Amino acid sequence: MGILEVKNVGKRFGGLQALGDVNLSVAENSVHAIIGPNGAGKSTLLNCLVGKLIPDTGSVMFDGQSVLGRTPYEINQMGISRVFQTPEIFGDLTVMENMMIPCFARRDGAFKLNGIKSVESETEIRDRAEAMMEDMNLAEKRHMHAASMSRGDKRRLEIAMCLAQEPRLLLLDEPTAGMARADTNNTIDLLKEIKQKRDITIVIIEHDMHVVFSLAERITVLAQGTPLVEDVPEKIKGHPKVREAYLGETAAA
Amino acid sequence: MDAIILQILNGLDKGSAYALIALGLTLIFGTLGVVNFAHGALFMIGAFCAVTLNKLLNLSVETVDPTRTDFLGNPLKVKTPYVENWFGPEFGHAIIDWSVPLAILFSIPIMIAIGFIMERGLIKHFYRRPHADQILVTFGLAIVLQELIKHYYGANPIQTPAPDAFRGSFDFGAMLGFDPNTIIYPYWRMIYFAFAAVIIGGVFAFLQFTTFGMVVRAGMADRETVGLLGINIDKRFTIMFGLAAAVAGLAGVMYAPINSPNYHMGMDFLVLSFVVVVVGGMGSLPGAVLAGFLLGILESFASMNEIKSILPGIDQIIIYVAAIIILLTRPRGLMGRKGVMED
Amino acid sequence: MLGLNKKDATLLGVVAVLVIFAPFILNPFPQDSAMAQFNAGYPDLMQRFVIFGIFAIGFNILFGLTGYLSFGHAAFLGVGSYSAVWMFKLLSMNVIPAILLAMVVSGLFALLIGFISLRRTGIYFSILTLAFAEMSFRLAYSVLTPITNGETGLQLTLEDPRILGQTATETGGIPVTSLFGMEMRETATMYFGGWSFQFNNGYYMCGVILLLAFYISIRIFRSPFGMMLRAVKSNQQRMNYTGLNTRPYTLAAFVISGMYAGLAGGLMASMDPLAGAERMQWTASGEVVLMTILGGAGTLIGPVLGAGFIKYFENIFSKINESVLHSWFHALPDGLENALIWIAEHFVGSGWHLTLGLLFMLVVTFLPGGLVEGGQRIGRLFSRKKQADKKTATQSTPAE
Repeated sequence: MGILEVKNVGKRFGGLQALGDVNLSVAENSVHAIIGPNGAGKSTLLNCLVGKLIPDTGSVMFDGQSVLGRTPYEINQMGISRVFQTPEIFGDLTVMENMMIPCFARRDGAFKLNGIKSVESETEIRDRAEAMMEDMNLAEKRHMHAASMSRGDKRRLEIAMCLAQEPRLLLLDEPTAGMARADTNNTIDLLKEIKQKRDITIVIIEHDMHVVFSLAERITVLAQGTPLVEDVPEKIKGHPKVREAYLGETAAA
Repeated sequence: MDAIILQILNGLDKGSAYALIALGLTLIFGTLGVVNFAHGALFMIGAFCAVTLNKLLNLSVETVDPTRTDFLGNPLKVKTPYVENWFGPEFGHAIIDWSVPLAILFSIPIMIAIGFIMERGLIKHFYRRPHADQILVTFGLAIVLQELIKHYYGANPIQTPAPDAFRGSFDFGAMLGFDPNTIIYPYWRMIYFAFAAVIIGGVFAFLQFTTFGMVVRAGMADRETVGLLGINIDKRFTIMFGLAAAVAGLAGVMYAPINSPNYHMGMDFLVLSFVVVVVGGMGSLPGAVLAGFLLGILESFASMNEIKSILPGIDQIIIYVAAIIILLTRPRGLMGRKGVMED
Repeated sequence: MLGLNKKDATLLGVVAVLVIFAPFILNPFPQDSAMAQFNAGYPDLMQRFVIFGIFAIGFNILFGLTGYLSFGHAAFLGVGSYSAVWMFKLLSMNVIPAILLAMVVSGLFALLIGFISLRRTGIYFSILTLAFAEMSFRLAYSVLTPITNGETGLQLTLEDPRILGQTATETGGIPVTSLFGMEMRETATMYFGGWSFQFNNGYYMCGVILLLAFYISIRIFRSPFGMMLRAVKSNQQRMNYTGLNTRPYTLAAFVISGMYAGLAGGLMASMDPLAGAERMQWTASGEVVLMTILGGAGTLIGPVLGAGFIKYFENIFSKINESVLHSWFHALPDGLENALIWIAEHFVGSGWHLTLGLLFMLVVTFLPGGLVEGGQRIGRLFSRKKQADKKTATQSTPAE
């Protein structure tokens, strides 16, 4: 039994069957990649996991509990954090403040009217944020406005914010989309390091084969809303079905 | 039945004004992405164009008529408008009488010029600023325009009559087979509705059937892409602003005989027109027109005595109640698109 | 001090000094000098400064922190005024229960309106709040006349029960508002040479409440709650995916700012025990928006500055008339004098709103951060000069 169990999930938008009948099992502490050509339903599947979309059929279980019908913040509080394709951070706030918010969310839950104590006196939260920034090489930028950072730093900050919540499952939506080779490699190294240091399950949606094969322990290939194959990377590489549905299509494009 | 028809008719002229202002607001918002709080002021300026022309035409020369005397026995002073001197008394009088319809011609160049100046001089600097800034700067402009009008025309409403020929009422009741005088409707309001219908139809036809309109519609849908096609969208948007200003101005010109213009009529209409635009859905032209008429007619129904006796005060608040219900059940108004103005 | 860092404590101290010495500061010109018309140190106006200051501070907690632009905040002010007057009619002339009731009622009203309006964002939120406020205004004028006394406005009468106080004074008049016997309208005047300074009980009570309101606002700004509100403004999506529920945060901010507005309304009624529906009109809501923006939305001191600025110039500008202008320009040649007067006339007296509108356009266009940003720019200009001077001697670190 994996930490994330997706069973018979289907989602239809008007006349378009975005997800057919998706079954997926992600083992705890593994890195699981979901790949597939454009329009295969990767993002739809991800949105069904985090509560942005509610699937028409099927079930999504996280750690034995259903996530369906819960709002994104409730699902996050269950232990699922998400990194977006374009970094979603608090642009008007400083890096330090960006880091403190998930620390508060972890300690105080979805809402707490904490209007009396000052942020400065929250030493425990500050220490956690500082430690996380040290860990992710962001400490020198702590007073910078997040919006003024480089794209790579924003990505790094977003991942750091997710990790500060100590999630059990980290979802990454094309984390290297639009990045140069060097930045992509840095991100790969960063994710490897994260995986090494903590017990965390990572599900990664990715276009870039280089990223997928550098990181993933298991790969699910999605095409036209249904999983084609699921296997270890070595077997996926030469799999005829994948070649036909995926690589063939990318070559054509 | 007759009461219902009467209320629908009564709602039409106010609804027409709402629809025309909301249409202009939506044109500006949809094309330029600017929330224009000064749009009500344009409506007001239109109405004052009618006032001004009326006053200009009434400029008189004072002559002494030796053949007549006043009650003290002095020679009578007679005021003759210049136009009557120039064109003869009858034609001159007709010109004065028709001053409001004539003001349409008079106001179009003025409104377009004001629109151009506003867009080039102020609004264009706010394209990339947050919507809140746009609201605030145009709000400031609206105050300025309204105070200028107040300074020169005074605070009191100025009567601006419609031509004599349209001053009566039409008996719809008799025409439709009800008792006479049950449904009577002033001619001028009928004309206002017809006029509004023509303008609305004209704007839609312009956007639908001309190349210019096509580009503008494309720009409303996706501004960046149209810009990338090498089309100078900014110039077209300036023209759109002039057009929207003209629409608001014309709505004001023709409204002058219905409600004597005063300096704060723009603000009064603006608040309601904004409710109309939002109820229709930001950025949707048909939505703006639909919501304008819908709310105008709702307002007139709510002022029926039968309804007021069940729900006292409903006539005062019906538009807001409707707006709240629609916004809560249809998050983006009646015909709004996703992602517009939600940041 | 008081749980504030040094910078904030200094700011609070400066505001406290300004409030305490306002009767002197605002009356710099001798009574019978030509400049006396620029004096603002009389009780009625000073009370308005602080009351609108409180209103704007509260509005800033919502708009400045969360970015939700409410166009209906005057409704809460009006509700606060009505509640306070009812307390004077039914209970006693003591201002404390009146102010407390004003805050409670406006808080509940804000909870209701906020709960519904905050389901939408952006301009849809603005229009919803506007719709609710206009509804309240119109109902207060029409159907709710038994509670609001319609167009006349709610006033005290000699028939009011005032169960804990007296229905009428011994001389047969309507009693006046007081704080445990200390009359709000009582004013002590101090004469000093050509100057006269007025110290009004009501003003000082409002002033103390302003300081309290300002202190609470600083604490909110510096608290985790305040940080969450700024995060809501910055990125709601990220809030949701960080496990935070934005709705209660924004609702709490809405209710708090509604209670501030109710407090301001209650104080208004405490200074002058009547309440009219026009306090709820959208133009009144627009005014507090102007104050906050003009001063600097999202800054601590901005709203107070904006409120003071607008109320001061409203008072001064609308007092200047043609004869005053003539006395200013009489030294100039006739033609020039008349031309200047013709121009100036537009902006003073009843033309004050024109000045306000222009000023507002200028601020939004060139100083989006309001007066506070203007002050900072000037400050930076000076510090740059100083730094340039020092540069030869030592390597200076840029101010943060």
